Amino acid sequence: MASAAIELRGITKRFGSVVANNNISLFVNKGEILSLLGENGSGKTTLMNMISGIYHPDEGEIFINGSPVAISSPHDAFDYKIGMIHQHFKLVDVFTAAENIVLGLNERGRFDIDKVSSRVAEISAKYGFEIDPRKKIYRMSVSEKQTVEIIKVLYRGADILILDEPTAVLTPQETQKLFAVLRRMRDDGKAIIIITHKLHEVLALSDRVSVLRRGEYVGTLKTADTNEMELTEMMVGRKVSLNISRAEPVDPKDRLVVNNLCVTNRDGVKLLDDVTFTARSGEILGIAGIAGSGQRELLEAIAGLKSVSSGELVYNDFKTGNSENLRNKTPIQIRDLGVRLSFVPEDRLGMGLVGSMDIIDNMMLRSYRRGNGVFVERREPRELADRIIEQLSVVTPSATTPVRRLSGGNVQKVLVGREISSAPTVLMAAYPVRGLDINSSYTIYNLLNEQKARGVAVIFVGEDLDVLLELCDRILVLGGGRVTGIVDARTAKKEQIGLLMTKHGEVEQ
Amino acid sequence: MLSTILSFISAAIIQGIPLLYGAVGEIITEKSGNLNLGIPGIMYIGGISGIVGGFIYEHSTSSPNAALCILIPLLSCLVCSAFMALIYSFLTVTLRANQNVTGLALTTFGVGVGNFFGGSLKSFFGESGSISLLTTGNYYKTKLPFAGSLGAFGDAFLSFGFLAYLAIIIAIVASLVINKTRVGLNLRAVGENPATADAAGINVTKYKYVATCAGGAIAGLGGLYFVMDYIAGAWTNDGFGDRGWLAIAIVIFALWRPNLSVLCSFIFGGLYIICTYIPGLSSASKELIKMLPYVVTIIVLVVISARKRRENQPPAHLGLSYFREER
Repeated sequence: MASAAIELRGITKRFGSVVANNNISLFVNKGEILSLLGENGSGKTTLMNMISGIYHPDEGEIFINGSPVAISSPHDAFDYKIGMIHQHFKLVDVFTAAENIVLGLNERGRFDIDKVSSRVAEISAKYGFEIDPRKKIYRMSVSEKQTVEIIKVLYRGADILILDEPTAVLTPQETQKLFAVLRRMRDDGKAIIIITHKLHEVLALSDRVSVLRRGEYVGTLKTADTNEMELTEMMVGRKVSLNISRAEPVDPKDRLVVNNLCVTNRDGVKLLDDVTFTARSGEILGIAGIAGSGQRELLEAIAGLKSVSSGELVYNDFKTGNSENLRNKTPIQIRDLGVRLSFVPEDRLGMGLVGSMDIIDNMMLRSYRRGNGVFVERREPRELADRIIEQLSVVTPSATTPVRRLSGGNVQKVLVGREISSAPTVLMAAYPVRGLDINSSYTIYNLLNEQKARGVAVIFVGEDLDVLLELCDRILVLGGGRVTGIVDARTAKKEQIGLLMTKHGEVEQ
Repeated sequence: MLSTILSFISAAIIQGIPLLYGAVGEIITEKSGNLNLGIPGIMYIGGISGIVGGFIYEHSTSSPNAALCILIPLLSCLVCSAFMALIYSFLTVTLRANQNVTGLALTTFGVGVGNFFGGSLKSFFGESGSISLLTTGNYYKTKLPFAGSLGAFGDAFLSFGFLAYLAIIIAIVASLVINKTRVGLNLRAVGENPATADAAGINVTKYKYVATCAGGAIAGLGGLYFVMDYIAGAWTNDGFGDRGWLAIAIVIFALWRPNLSVLCSFIFGGLYIICTYIPGLSSASKELIKMLPYVVTIIVLVVISARKRRENQPPAHLGLSYFREER
């Protein structure tokens, strides 16, 4: 039997105490497409980075055409004819396609960009790409840029191609074209690995599928012998009990009603498509989804940081009985309407806090407009900082320590503390426990539960389905900027949410 | 009238040459993503190191040899200017210091060193008076032998010392290397997107060091031309003036293209001295007219920023240091 184009045996990779990949073995044959399936953080990209020479495995061996190899740099990977197409393109914007394709290559003979262009045209014709080698990258669409990346590795003679979530940025039509090209490359004898979490793509394209979960190898199946349900189960695994307390919502009322919300980016791509839901007071609404499914855009649109192209964001003020449309209002306008909206963003030290400022000054980011004359009011923020340090047991030398010197958990406590100090009616938290240890995580869960008990409408964006299922009352699932489902967290099954998360783009097909 | 115009053109070219060296040096540097604001200081260093080299040689022999009179100042200029650029590279590339601060510090340093040695060099040798290296200066000013026989045309275009022609040759060669060779492609990639260049197997650090040092050496020649050819082997403190900053302005005016910088340098050279060719100007209006190059630069900046043509923008990673692990 012919040996596999590439085979991994017992690969283990640790980052400090975190095991990113544990004893993983898989292989790809020539003329075969293998899907590598797994949730965010399941170790897919780490594994592929070891094949492309960016990381080095701690244990295990890599075989190419049956012989063991050591891949210690991206350059070595080139030599073994391995080409990786990253999710974030590595292209020089002001260069033409051809210039990008030959960049860094030391071919013999005179440098002749026209010769390169004709070789590019040759490769394009062979596999059915549509590309103008003389076009500048900054004039290209995302799918054209991806084409340039693929041709780049083919030009270097790659026989093993790895594509990291290649369809994440493509329209369905572009995806179909890409798949056609990949099939043609397979028929030409290339070995292809695609990293993905979209089940329908796995089923449509690949010959076999290997599943990873939290760094562990779950198994490999022939695509023809499996189905979405089985793959989802392998991907999300069994439910783990966390014992997070959850009270029944007290007197839930519609606080924030989002109707048909659409957000588009500069290229006209819909980041949020027709999103409709209601956040109720005294309830935690979880938002689940693969990273980049529109969670960030949704929260920023509500907070007034992202412009909305259509739809409405209605806020109900129970005291006055008024309803306000928050659409395209600035954060200051929203505050002036008497809407107490708090936002714990994903990027704590970028959007939430200023790393080089101390805790008091960070409190003042919310209150600097108060005070008389030219001087800002400092007494209140100082008291608030002291209160947060005491009540949330923030570990810090003093209130005047720059926040970036604090540990991740303490930074998060400072941020959440500030946001809940203004007695919000709506609290949005994006990945508030990311990177936190278990104790800090539970502190945050308790804080969110406290807010819920006070009648705050809490919106919690999370990535760990077990946490979402135990903490939230309802879970909204986003897939590719659309709401693919809203489920009751008390009765929903993990696989059910996993399936909804991967439903991206299938709604219309 | 015609003779006035020809003499103006000739004077504009003479004024333009130091600017051209500075501009080409800075363009090469900036193509690697390094914004070296130390160029004015490096040009002072280039001038004074040439003076020091020439002075020591003229003092060591009673009959100076023509080739050595040229070579010694030339080499000391190249070595010292490149060394200044090496300091800049070490600070900004290896230690990732802020490029603007480092550059400005080097300029202050270079001007100070230039004025210090320029003012005290003779007293080190127990002499008094200002520096005058007439022999060396005359060798640098040697014209093309057939220039005199070509009449007014020869006077206007061919009556310069060899450093003037070298400047134009360097500019054209730099242009060809940057735009037509693999090395140039790699260099541009480093300045535009070092992470991509790094992933493509290009040694970003090496390219930054080499481009910055080569750029510094070329810029230093502008200072050497000024002291040896333009003022014939002499030194006056602050005599080089703000030409270093003009050179940096030309980089913008020439849209980061060495070939275009030849023309731009001559235009700026002309604008720099045009006040002396307009009769009946008060000294106040002369100073106003001297501002023209800067006004032109601001207009160019406004126009290219407004038009947003990507090809005319500075290298995308200009002024930023590159650190592989940072993402």
